[in-house]
Amino acid sequence: MPMTSRRMLMLAPLGLAVAGGAGFYAMLRGMGTGSYDPRGVPSVLVGRAPPPFVLPPVEAAGLPGFAAAELGGLPAPMLVNFWASWCVPCIIEHPQLMRLAREGVAVWGVNYKDKPQDAAQFLTRHGNPFQRLGADRPGRVAIDWGVYGVPETYLLDRKGIVRWRWPGPVTPEVLEQDIRPLLRRHA
Amino acid sequence: MRRLAILALLAWAGLSHPALAPASAVGLPSEMLRDPAQEERARSIGRELRCLVCQNQSIEDSEADLARDLRRIVRERIAAGESDRAVLDYVHDRYGDFVLLRPPFSLATALLWGMPVLALGGGGLALLLLRRRQGARPEPAPLTPEERARLAALEDDPAR
Repeated sequence: MPMTSRRMLMLAPLGLAVAGGAGFYAMLRGMGTGSYDPRGVPSVLVGRAPPPFVLPPVEAAGLPGFAAAELGGLPAPMLVNFWASWCVPCIIEHPQLMRLAREGVAVWGVNYKDKPQDAAQFLTRHGNPFQRLGADRPGRVAIDWGVYGVPETYLLDRKGIVRWRWPGPVTPEVLEQDIRPLLRRHA
Repeated sequence: MRRLAILALLAWAGLSHPALAPASAVGLPSEMLRDPAQEERARSIGRELRCLVCQNQSIEDSEADLARDLRRIVRERIAAGESDRAVLDYVHDRYGDFVLLRPPFSLATALLWGMPVLALGGGGLALLLLRRRQGARPEPAPLTPEERARLAALEDDPAR
């Protein structure tokens, strides 16, 4: 066997190790910046319209519920946020939702497996960012959306097509780095 | 990159084959189907579905709220007369490949499924090359004129 190909064969494991190392480094870096989450379940809803549903209002919250047909047809992209009063990360993300609502972004809420009075109390204490609020006490609409935990936030374009899904709390970084550019792009 | 990472994760998940999972930790009589045959079908479907909260358990083994909801959905749909395939598709439509403990063969999972073949093929190839190299001894150099003369002399007079 000629010397050159033999040397190449000896270098192959090294090359493989370097490629593997680079891959793992990129994964770790992505985990650090939040662009890659190994536990994250990719949403199948991105690029599609949400499945049909009708959500009743949360009693005592004084906000209308909503149905799938009402999503989209708005003058600007909107957010749909799955939350519950018993969910701790929901408290963390709440100021960001309030900020978006103050800026005029339509934020519609789905109250997941919650008691109506608890939900209403949460909104009285922390403020209400929602224009509409549907109650999903059995959690079936959430399953139809592919929700696997609260909070989860979806961004829908003006036609009502899901463009982005964020599992976990909307932090100030998520707001600036993801939501704002998306709102601009789909404006 | 993301796709590759998912693949790596799927490969890791593939090691924990559903059949190797411990016996069902859950299974309250209240959530079981009356018909034992239907309940058995529900369990085998449930063992194919990943609990998305704990992620290394099937929904049959998980105590998570979402897993219980999915178990209930599986049983409702079986009781309604749906086929196993249709029930699996119902959950797959909502949660994607990630929810299946045995991901389907596709472009994204080709590397995952092809890995055993690749590893075996690669090893076999390496072995073959190694054996061929050992088998191919170098041709001996032709005899020099002196050697030839000496050989001729030896052949002429074997007694010497």
